[in-house]
Amino acid sequence: MKYPEHLFYTRDHEWISFENEHALIGITDFAQKELGDIVYVDIPSLDKIIVKEAIFGTVEAVKTVSDLFMPVNGKVIAINPLLETNPELVNQDPYGSWMIKVLVTSASDRESLLNAEQYQALIVSNPSSHE
Amino acid sequence: MKNTALAAIHQSLNAKMAPFAGYHMPIQYSGINEEHENVRNQVGIFDVSHMGEFFVKGPDALDLIQRVTTNDASTLYIGQVQYSCMTNEQGGIIDDLLVYRLDLEVYMLVVNASNIEKDWNWLVDNNYKNAELVDRSDELSLISVQGPYAVDTLQRLTSYQLNLIPYYHFRELMLNGIPGMIVSNTGYTGAGGFELYVPNHSAVALWEAIMTAGSSYHIRPVGLGARDTLRLEMGYCLYGNDIDDHATPLEAGLGWITKFNKVFNGKEVLQEQKMAGAKLKLVGIRMKERGIPRHGYRILNTDGEPIGAITSGTQSPTLKTGIALGYVAIDAAAPGTNVLVDIRGLLMGACVSKMPFVQSQIK
Repeated sequence: MKYPEHLFYTRDHEWISFENEHALIGITDFAQKELGDIVYVDIPSLDKIIVKEAIFGTVEAVKTVSDLFMPVNGKVIAINPLLETNPELVNQDPYGSWMIKVLVTSASDRESLLNAEQYQALIVSNPSSHE
Repeated sequence: MKNTALAAIHQSLNAKMAPFAGYHMPIQYSGINEEHENVRNQVGIFDVSHMGEFFVKGPDALDLIQRVTTNDASTLYIGQVQYSCMTNEQGGIIDDLLVYRLDLEVYMLVVNASNIEKDWNWLVDNNYKNAELVDRSDELSLISVQGPYAVDTLQRLTSYQLNLIPYYHFRELMLNGIPGMIVSNTGYTGAGGFELYVPNHSAVALWEAIMTAGSSYHIRPVGLGARDTLRLEMGYCLYGNDIDDHATPLEAGLGWITKFNKVFNGKEVLQEQKMAGAKLKLVGIRMKERGIPRHGYRILNTDGEPIGAITSGTQSPTLKTGIALGYVAIDAAAPGTNVLVDIRGLLMGACVSKMPFVQSQIK
């Protein structure tokens, strides 16, 4: 299981990478492993302002469907076009396969996010019932 | 929670395990799609030891089986297997099962893990004439080997000519040095292959021998996840999802294993339902739009009126589209009927499909 140091994480297993006022958001290695083979990534929220912890889309795997939650307040300014036709990229490279790009509207949001070490501790202390 | 005799193997293969019907069962090893395709194109090996095995013996064995099941077990000859249903007095499905005729007065019933206790009690309650009943579920492992190279794989472990065993037949033979094993040309994938009933203490050695024998055919272990996508592509029912104590065999499309030329529990109710016509029918649903129909999702007609519900669904790894089973009102049950599926608030186009969704490879 990988936990890149430069990323921030949520308890709902999204990752976020900040670059000035922009950020890329995806799901973690743990999340893609739990979901299994991903067949659709549905993100209907382009150009919308989504508040932190609200749903910005869903990801469908063969056996299950899971909501995607915003790690920060922000406006969705781009959706990764590669995932429309190749959603399995999320399984192959979860940290390379961003799902949305957002304009972050509230910088203070970062403080409640987990760093790599804290996120790893969460996974280790709360192993899924599936493992 | 119980472990099968193959638990150490699953652990060494890093299987993702989950509780299923009281057992820790392997859900997937490498991934559902990859395992699924390996069964369709090559060969896969499944641990389905959670299934239950009851033995019914003696001069009154057939009488008991006839009373509790809907199919006509009197037609079975030794070496033959029959798919059947156990029904309650209301015609509801207690379980779906396989009936094996092992000898003149010896039968084996293979039942779903989740129903072992319920089925056993039902057998005991109906055993008016005292047929001998033995539950060997905890002694027997069940290994399923499925796919186009299943015969070639297993042939390396026995001198018996396996292709002489017809579909839905079995032989008791020596396989991997284990005498008297039940080797059954059955399975729940549509890919063809064998189910092997083996004493627990020989299960690990047998699994390993099959893996070695199948290595040149790209054999891979397959979990319950891909077992589910494989059976859904064939339109086979899963107990607890598609059929249960309230559904009747006629509603579930199992009229073909319901024989009214004999007496069985619930016969009168089912006969009436047959005369009047069932109001609901379990049908295949194939998505025309993107989206995966899942258990509990509503099915609507094209006017937007609810007509039923999905009982199990998935993304078909073969067709790359959403497929499902679900009950709909009888007037919407004809293949080709356009319907809508409520996928988390979005009404997506779908149609009633003929089944199987994917052509069976069984010759």
